[in-house]
Amino acid sequence: MSAETPDVLVVGAGPAGLAAADAARRAGARVVLLDAAGDAGGQYWRHLPASRPAAAERVLHHGWDRFAALRGQEVLTDAQVWLAERHDDRPPTLHVLVGPADGSDRVRRTFAPTTLVLATGAYERTLPFPGWDLPGVFTAGAAQALAKAERIAVGRRVVVAGAGPFLLPVAASLVRTGAQVLGVLEANGWRRLARAWSARPAELLSTRHKAGELAGYVRDLARHRIPYRTGTAVVAAHGTDRVTSVTVARLDADWAPVMGSERRVPADAVCVSHGFVPRTELAVSAGCRLTRDGGVRTDENGLTSVPGVYAAGEITGIGGADLALAEGVVAGLAAAAAADPAGGGISAGQRRDRTVNQRFAARLEAAHGIRPGWVGWLADDTVICRCEEVTAGDLRAGAAATGSRGLRSLKLSTRAGLGVCQGRVCGRTVEDLLNRHTGGLLDAGRTETRPLAAFVRLGELAAGADKEEPA
Amino acid sequence: MKVVVVGAGIVGAAIARELAMAGVSVVVLDRSASAGGTSAAGEGNLLVSDKGPGAELSLALRSLTLWRSLLPEVADTFPSIEYETKGGLVVATTDAGAAALRAFADLQRTAGVSAAEVDGLDYEPDLNSAHTAAIFYPQDAQVQPAIATEALLAVARRHGASVRQGVEVLGPLRGGDRLTGVATSGGDVSGDHVVVAAGPWSGEVARRLGVELPVRPRRGTILVTTRMRQRIRHKVYDADYVGAVGSDDAALQTSSVVESTAAGTVLIGSSRERRGFDERIEARVLSAVAAKALVLFPFLAGVAVMRAYGGFRPFVPDHLPVIGPDPRLPGLWHATGHEGAGIVLSTATGELLGDLLLGRAPRVPAEAFAVDRPTLRPHLEPSPDQ
Ligand SMILES: Cc1cc2nc3c(=O)[nH]c(=O)nc-3n(C[C@H](O)[C@H](O)[C@H](O)COP(=O)(O)OP(=O)(O)OC[C@H]3O[C@@H](n4cnc5c(N)ncnc54)[C@H](O)[C@@H]3O)c2cc1C
Ligand SMILES: Cc1cc2nc3c(=O)[nH]c(=O)nc-3n(C[C@H](O)[C@H](O)[C@H](O)COP(=O)(O)OP(=O)(O)OC[C@H]3O[C@@H](n4cnc5c(N)ncnc54)[C@H](O)[C@@H]3O)c2cc1C
Repeated sequence: MSAETPDVLVVGAGPAGLAAADAARRAGARVVLLDAAGDAGGQYWRHLPASRPAAAERVLHHGWDRFAALRGQEVLTDAQVWLAERHDDRPPTLHVLVGPADGSDRVRRTFAPTTLVLATGAYERTLPFPGWDLPGVFTAGAAQALAKAERIAVGRRVVVAGAGPFLLPVAASLVRTGAQVLGVLEANGWRRLARAWSARPAELLSTRHKAGELAGYVRDLARHRIPYRTGTAVVAAHGTDRVTSVTVARLDADWAPVMGSERRVPADAVCVSHGFVPRTELAVSAGCRLTRDGGVRTDENGLTSVPGVYAAGEITGIGGADLALAEGVVAGLAAAAAADPAGGGISAGQRRDRTVNQRFAARLEAAHGIRPGWVGWLADDTVICRCEEVTAGDLRAGAAATGSRGLRSLKLSTRAGLGVCQGRVCGRTVEDLLNRHTGGLLDAGRTETRPLAAFVRLGELAAGADKEEPA
Repeated sequence: MKVVVVGAGIVGAAIARELAMAGVSVVVLDRSASAGGTSAAGEGNLLVSDKGPGAELSLALRSLTLWRSLLPEVADTFPSIEYETKGGLVVATTDAGAAALRAFADLQRTAGVSAAEVDGLDYEPDLNSAHTAAIFYPQDAQVQPAIATEALLAVARRHGASVRQGVEVLGPLRGGDRLTGVATSGGDVSGDHVVVAAGPWSGEVARRLGVELPVRPRRGTILVTTRMRQRIRHKVYDADYVGAVGSDDAALQTSSVVESTAAGTVLIGSSRERRGFDERIEARVLSAVAAKALVLFPFLAGVAVMRAYGGFRPFVPDHLPVIGPDPRLPGLWHATGHEGAGIVLSTATGELLGDLLLGRAPRVPAEAFAVDRPTLRPHLEPSPDQ
C-alpha cells in the first residue's frame, strides 16, 4: 500500500484540528484533515445546547462565527486512525480506515505526512461511586448528547454532579428538555474555587468572555431556581432496576465525604462528570512524551518531543474550546512552516492568545482538579471496571494476593481495564486505586498505551497483508 | 544456603518456589514489577505438540506433569491460573504440509507424545473445511501466564522467599574468583549462588556479572479480539508453526495459533522476528498474523480486534534453554533461553535447577541444557558486533 504524503496531516476535526488545518492551509501547505466522526466539529459541536439560538451562541461563545466558518473546510470524515507506527526522527506512519464504522467496506489508507498535528481531544472522566452502574446514571456528556441530538430528557428529577464548569451547560440543556434539575453539585469547596479564580485577576481580563460565558450559565441556573452547591457530591445512587434516589454528602477540601452529612434525595437520574482525560493513544504510539497530568508535552509552537509531530487542543490538557482554537492556530502554522519553511510565521497576537488561554486552563485545573479523598465514598462491592465487572474489593484483593507492584500484572490478574473500552473509562481510576494498594506501581502510566486506537476487523487487517511494505 | 534469583518472570518464580520449598533462603530481585516482562507479554500455551523428540520435549513432558501436580498449591488462595487441558489441534492446509505433519506426529509418538489424526471438523466445526490434515494432541494445555507467575511467587513467599521489586542488578560482588552476590540499585545483595533468570535480558545481566551469554530477543505480536460466544474449542494452529519456531531466519515469520481464553476473547498469535528490543507494533505484522488466522477460521473475518500486544522471546542460537551452573564463574547459574516455550518449561526448569544446585539426581538429561554444550560454546565469546 503506498502511503499518501501531504505536507500536513491533521487528526481530529474538533476546534483544535479545524483551526490547525485552516491555519496551515492559509500558509500554503497541502493539508489533509480527518476525523473518525461522521461530521466535523468535535466534542464542542456535539455538546452545544441545541435549542439555543445562534444569536445567543454568538454572545456566549467568543469566536463563534469563526468556529462556524472553520467547519466549512474540507474534512475527510468517517476516517478512523487505528494505528500510528513510530519512527522517532519523523512523524509516524498513520493507518486509517475510511467509511462508516459499522459498514463492511471500509477502505484502508496510509499516510506518511511531512508534519503531523494531533488534535484528538479528550475523554470524559467519571469517578465511580456505589450504584453508578445503575440505569439512570449518565455521564454528563452522554446526557448532553441525548438532550441535544434526540431531545430526550434523561429523567424527570435529575441531579448534576461532579467537578468543573462543564456541569453548567449540561444542566442548562437538561432544563430545556423539560427535566427538573434538582441541583448542580460541585465537589470543590468555595474556598478552592475562590482561590483559583480570584488570584491575579488581571490575567482573567483577557479571557473576560470566558468568565462571561460561565456567568451566563450561572444566571441561567438562577433563573430556573437551580441551586449550585459547592463542596458537595453524589456519593451513592440507589434503586433496583434503575435509580430511584441518591445520597448526597458534603466533602472536605480533599473530597473526603464528611461523616454525618449524608442525606437521601429522591431522583430518577444522575449526570456525573469529574473532568477529562486527554486522548493520547496515537501520541503515545508516535513516541510523544506526556506531562505529569497525562497530556501531551509541547513547546511554545505546539511541537511534541517527536520531530515533526505537533499537538493542539485537549490532547495537551483541558482548557475548553477557545484554548483549543488558539493552540490549533499556532500548531497549524508551525507545522506548515516546518513542512515548507517558505510559508509565513506565527504572529505575536496568535502566540499571546495561546498563552492567555493556557493560563485560564491552569486555573481550571487548580479550581476543579480531582482530589484524592474521593475513594472514601467507595464500597468494596462498587464496580470499578464495568466492562469486566471488577470491584474495588477485587482490586484490593488482587494486590494483596499477588504482592505485585505491576499494573500490567495486576490488570491481568484482576481483568480490570481489559474489556472493550480498554480502560478508557476506568483506566485512571484503576491506576489510582492500585497505586494505593501496592504502595506505588512500578509501571504507572501504562494505561495510556493502546497500540490500537480503535477496533479493526480481522478481515480488514488481513486485506492489507500482501500490499503492506515496511514504511 | 542463600540464593539470589535475578528476574521475577515465570522462570525466576518457578525456581524461587522450588528452592524455597526445599528450605533454601531465597531472594528474588526484579528491576521492574513481578510478571512485568515476557511472562506477561505472550500466551500461556503449554504445548508438546510443537516439539520433536529431544531434550526440549523431555523437559516439556516433565513440565506438564509438574503443572498438574502443583495445581492444589495455588487452588484456593489465588485468582485462577486458568489451567485448562483443552488439547491442541494442528492443521495442515496443503498436501505437502499434510505429509510433513503426519511424519512429524509419527516421530513424536516414539517419544511419548499422544497424537491422533482426526476429522478436524469434528473437533472444530468452524474450521476451514479446505484443510488437508488435522492431528489432535490431547496433552496440550494452557494457563494464564501472568497469574501463573504470580501464583508461583506467592507459593515461594509462603515458604519464606522474599521478592524485591524495583531493584535492578548492576554488577557482581566477588570473593576471589567466586561470585558472592550482586550489586543492585537497592544496595548489595549477597548469596551463595546467583541464578540469572532475566528472560531476554539475561545476556545483558550476564555481561554485567562478567560473562558472555548469547541471549537475544525475538519479537512476537499477538492480537486480542473482543469477547464472543465460544466457537474455538481447542488450541488450533497451522502446521507451519513448527517450522517457524525452529527457524534461524531473522526476518518476519508468522504462523497462526488461535485459542479462546477463559474470559471469552480469542488470542491470535503470532509473529517471530529478530529486531532487537524494538517495541513498535506495525501494520504489516498485524496484517500477516490476521491473514494466517483467517486461513484456519474464515468466520473470524468479521470479528473485531481490540488490542495488539507483544513481547520478546529469550532466544539462543541453538534453540535450547540454558539451565545450570556457569563453569566460567563459580556461584553463577543460568536459567534462560526458553524462547517461545518458557511458560510451559518453567516448572521443570525450576526442578532441574534445584536438582543441580542441591545435588539431587536430575529427572531430565541435564547435559543438553548445559552452558558449555558444544552447540553453544562457540557463542560464549563476545561477538565482534557487540
Ligand atoms: C458536555 C460538554 C460540554 C462542553 N461545553 C463547553 C462550553 O460550553 N464551552 C467550552 O469552551 N467548551 C466546552 N466543552 C469542551 C469543548 O468541547 C472542548 O474544549 C473542545 O471540543 C476541545 O477541542 P479539541 O479539538 O481539542 O477536541 P475534540 O473537540 O474532542 O475533537 C477531537 C476530535 O478528534 C477525533 N479523533 C480522536 N481520535 C481519533 C482517531 N484515532 N482517528 C480519527 N479521529 C479521531 C474525534 O472524533 C473528535 O472529533 C464541553 C465539553 C463537553 C464534553
Ligand atoms: C508473543 C509471545 C508468545 C509466547 N507464547 C508462549 C506460549 O504460548 N507458551 C509458552 O510456554 N511460552 C510462550 N512465550 C514465551 C514465554 O513468554 C517466555 O519464554 C517466558 O515468559 C520467559 O520467562 P522469563 O522468566 O525467562 O522472562 P521474563 O518474564 O522476561 O522475566 C525476566 C525478568 O527479569 C527482569 N530483569 C531484567 N533485567 C534485570 C536486571 N538487570 N535486574 C533485575 N531484574 C531484571 C525483568 O524485569 C523481567 O521481569 C511467548 C512469548 C512471546 C513474546
